[in-house]
This record gives sequence, C-alpha cells and structure tokens, in this order.
Amino acid sequence: MTYLSKTFLLIAGLSLAACSGAGRFDDGAAGGGLGAGGTAAGMPAPETPQYFQQAVGDRVFFAVDQSSLSSEAKATLDGQAEWLGANGEYDVVIEGHADEQGTREYNLALGARRANAVREYLVSQGVPADRMRVVSYGKERPIEICSAESCYAKNRRAVTVISAVPTS
Amino acid sequence: MMRILFTLVAVLGVWAAPVAAQQDDGPLRIEITEGVIEPLPVAVPDFLSEDATGADFGRRIADVIAADLTGTGLFREIPPDAFISRLTSFSSPVEFSDWRAINAQALVSGAVTADASGKLVVRFRIYDVFAGQELGQGLQLTGTQQGWRRIAHKVADQVYSRITGEAPYFDSRVVYVAETGPKDNRAKRLAIMDYDGANVRYLTDSSAIVLAPRFSPSGDRVLYTSYESGFPRINVMDVGRVERSVLPTDEGTMSFAPRFGPDGRTVVYSLARGGNTDLYRMDISSGASTRLTSAPSIETAPSFSPDGTRIVFESDRSGSPQLYIMPAGGGDAERISFGQGRYGTPVWSPRGDLVAFTKQSKGRFHIGVMRTDGSEERLLTASFLDEGPTWSPNGRVIMFTRETQGAQGRASLYSVDITGRNLRQIPTDTGASDPSWSPLQD
Repeated sequence: MTYLSKTFLLIAGLSLAACSGAGRFDDGAAGGGLGAGGTAAGMPAPETPQYFQQAVGDRVFFAVDQSSLSSEAKATLDGQAEWLGANGEYDVVIEGHADEQGTREYNLALGARRANAVREYLVSQGVPADRMRVVSYGKERPIEICSAESCYAKNRRAVTVISAVPTS
Repeated sequence: MMRILFTLVAVLGVWAAPVAAQQDDGPLRIEITEGVIEPLPVAVPDFLSEDATGADFGRRIADVIAADLTGTGLFREIPPDAFISRLTSFSSPVEFSDWRAINAQALVSGAVTADASGKLVVRFRIYDVFAGQELGQGLQLTGTQQGWRRIAHKVADQVYSRITGEAPYFDSRVVYVAETGPKDNRAKRLAIMDYDGANVRYLTDSSAIVLAPRFSPSGDRVLYTSYESGFPRINVMDVGRVERSVLPTDEGTMSFAPRFGPDGRTVVYSLARGGNTDLYRMDISSGASTRLTSAPSIETAPSFSPDGTRIVFESDRSGSPQLYIMPAGGGDAERISFGQGRYGTPVWSPRGDLVAFTKQSKGRFHIGVMRTDGSEERLLTASFLDEGPTWSPNGRVIMFTRETQGAQGRASLYSVDITGRNLRQIPTDTGASDPSWSPLQD
C-alpha cells in the first residue's frame, strides 16, 4: 500500500506540474480513487488505474545496460495495451529508470531508451502514440535501495503510469 | 548576490623589496609537478588590529588562510602556541631567528582595520623566513566585513601562488545539489557555497528534482536540469539575482547534461527524442539550436575545450560508454579512451591539456585524468561510486561526488589533487552531489 500511495502522489504531482485541467487527477481525485477503486474481494474494478497497476502490471524490467524487451516484459505490455484499448479515456506517462551503477547522465539517456522501448511496443500493439509521453528518471528514483543485484534488477524498469481519469 | 569590489594596492615602504629579485634567488618554492612529499611549514599569526572588532576579524582571517594553505596538502601550519616571537606591529622588522627556531619556512603577517561603516581593510606581507626577506610585495585588500572570508581567501591565494608559482583558486565558489531524505525519496536542491564549504545558500526549493549545475565561464550564471515541468529540462539561473528561465525545447523531448562554451553564450547539451540521445548546441540569447550528432547510440556529457574549438563527450557507439572528441560544430569524432572499463562525464581542464572523467571498472568507480589524445591515463580515486569531476580554476584540483554503498548510502563532495594525493571531504550539512567549481572570483 505504501507503494500505491507513492504512485498516486507522483501522479498528482505530475498533473499539477503540467497545469492540466479537467480529466487529470488532482489531489482529491487521487485520494478518492484509492478508496473507491477497491471491490469487496480486495481486487480493484477492472476499469480502474489500480487494477492496471495490480492486475495487469504497470512495469517491466531490463537487463544491465539493456533496453530490449524480454518475452515476459512483452507479455506484460500486451496486457497493458489491451487495458489501454479498453479504457481509451486514460493517457499514460512511461517512466524509464536505471540502477545506480553508471553515471547520472548516461543513466538518464538509458532510462529514455527503456521508456521509449515500451512506448514503441505499445504503439505496435495499437495504443495511439498521442496517448503516451515518456520521461527518464535515470538513477534518481530507485524503489529498492540496497546496493546489490537483487535491488538493481527491480530498479532497471519502465513504469507505465496512468495519468488521466475519465472525463465523463 | 552582492558584488564585492576589491582593491589591490601595493603597500609602500622601505621593506618592499623588488619582486623579481625575490623570485630569482628565493629558495622558498614548492614545485608541485615534481611531487611534494613534505609539506612546507608556514606560520600564520593572528592578523593584528588596534581594536577588538578588528582583532576578531584578524583571528578569523588567519584561521581561514591557514586552513586554505594546509588544505592543499602542500603546507603544514605551525601551531601558534609554538611561536617564540609575537608580532606586535605590522611595520616592525621581523625577528627571523625566532621563526627559524621553530622551523617556519614561510610567515604571513597582516593587519586589519574594521571601521564602523562595515568596511574591512587588510594588509599583509609574506616572508621567506630562511632567506630573511619578504616574498613579493605587501598588499592591501579592501572589502566588506561581511565578505571577510573572501579577503582571507585572497590573501591565501597570494601566498599559494607566490610559493608554488601556480595560479590560485581559494577565492572561488561551488554550486552543487544538496540532498536530503532517504535514498528512495531523496529531495534535491540547488545550492552554492564557498569552495571550502562555507556560506551555503540555497538557490531552489526541493519541489522538483534538480541535477548537475554548471557554472558559466564568468561565474555569473548556472545551467542545470530541472524536473519542474515533470520532464527534464535545462534551466539557466542568474546566481546573483536567483532568477531563472527554461531554455526552449520541443514538446516530447528531454534535455539534460548542459555545459556552457567559453563564450558564455553557447550551450552544449543532450537531447533525448524517441529514445535516442544526441548532442545539440544552442545560442542561449537567440534560442537557436543545432544538432551536433546523429547516431542511434547515446551521446551525452559534452564539455568544451577552453578555446571553444572542440567538444569531448561520452558515447556508447562502440558498444560501451567511451570518450570521444569532435569539432565544436559537429563532425567526425575521435575516440580517446581505450582502457578496460566504461568511461563517462569527461570534463576538459581549464589549462586545456587534460580531460578528467569517471571510469567504471570491475565494480568500482574512479575519477581519472588523461591527456586529450587519451594517453597517460591516471586514476586518482577508487570507491563504490565516484563520479562527476569538476576542475578547480587553476586546473590543479578536482572535486567530485562520492556516494556510499547500501540502503543508507549518502552522497558527499570530495576533492583530490591531480597528482592523486590529498583526498579530502568538503564539509556540507546535507548530502551533496554534482559539484561545479566556479572560476576565480574578481
């Protein structure tokens, strides 16, 4: 749950920074979404961003220095494409990340490669390019903080972040 | 930032021996290039004053001068409690035998006048104790009491340059990223301080990630990367006014790793578009940009040669990150790094002869230097994570980021002499990364 809260805070931050109007999360919507999205069984409703994160899977992982997609990553992205196809009112921001091995500049460029690899794959699976934006955080936003491969492997990731809510 | 004007005035007097003669037969000389093992003993008694306010400045100024000199690793301070003689008057003759007896080879004496208007006048003389004469001319510096540390640094700069023959660097500043919070939720702010860690001032709040500030050639502005828009974009800040603007960029791109050219108008940087990162240059006044590289590989971390004709940068076009040099307008690039490992963040030295870099090899990080043709590579440091070198204004010292390992990992600033000696941590209240050393202030 800690992770989820952080993700929603980030989404709220992005939407505020982008000065977007209706149709994007604001603090209120993000807070409401967390509470309202769940079902009695504990799994969020299929059309919710929470479902996208928990059931579809919002992230894929990469090998050291690589931006190519594994078959496992492609399977996850197939699910993302399907979900995005069914929920056309959402846009996404694809975040590319790197582990801490490597210089800041190189990791920014590597994160851009990874985010773009996901974007291109989603385009190939029918997600309109104009619904997706990419951003690289390089090594600035690790989710695991140990200095070992077990953590690095989780930090070398691209995360598809839902960045809009239904406008209806 | 208040601009402090200093006046350098030769103090007149019978003791003012000709400088040239001093330099010709003065034995007091540190030749850094030959490798100094034994630091030169220097005495820096409290600068004298006729009143209590001035005496307080006199003590503090002497302390800063001694710290500057000993911080180079080239000098050793003789503790004041070893002094036999007390200087009682700035103009009285020096009892050299008393200073020889405690093996002081250099002696710095000074006098301070602090008046009610906030002005601070400092006079000083540097003595070659064993030769029994002055080293160069006495000088008078005028500044503000608020700016007393700068005056002290300027005195120390004179001592350093007269004894080593090198250009000085103490009266300089460092802009860096102040880091707080845990590793997975780190807050970053742009900060500026004196080169020795004093007088920290924050230039941004922590609402957006900021990365890799870089000084302009005159030290008046700083380029940096900010995530304020949600995406990395290059900002330029006037450090005096603390006013900033965002460099123009295309929607859907990310720009980072900026550096000024020596003209202070040209900026070279990385721009990522469609997952591919290339180098661009921009005229900062018109906003017009030119693409310098067009390859599917990553091109980043560009740095101009001091004459502005060439750019050294990092590219993985060979399969792993290596260093390349190309003409400043783009064109054929020549690879200069050929050792084992990955090379990044090249920075051209202010003297033009060396490139400092980050090297990753066998799970360790190093700061190193090589000649601009790639020869004579020397690694100066080794740790879990060292990166991002920046040159002192005189090209003798390199400051960089060192980050410790593990969940509690913390970034700090370190400096090292280009000989590889004198590794030191720069004291900072918070975590600190991405230093950029200013030019010498005027």
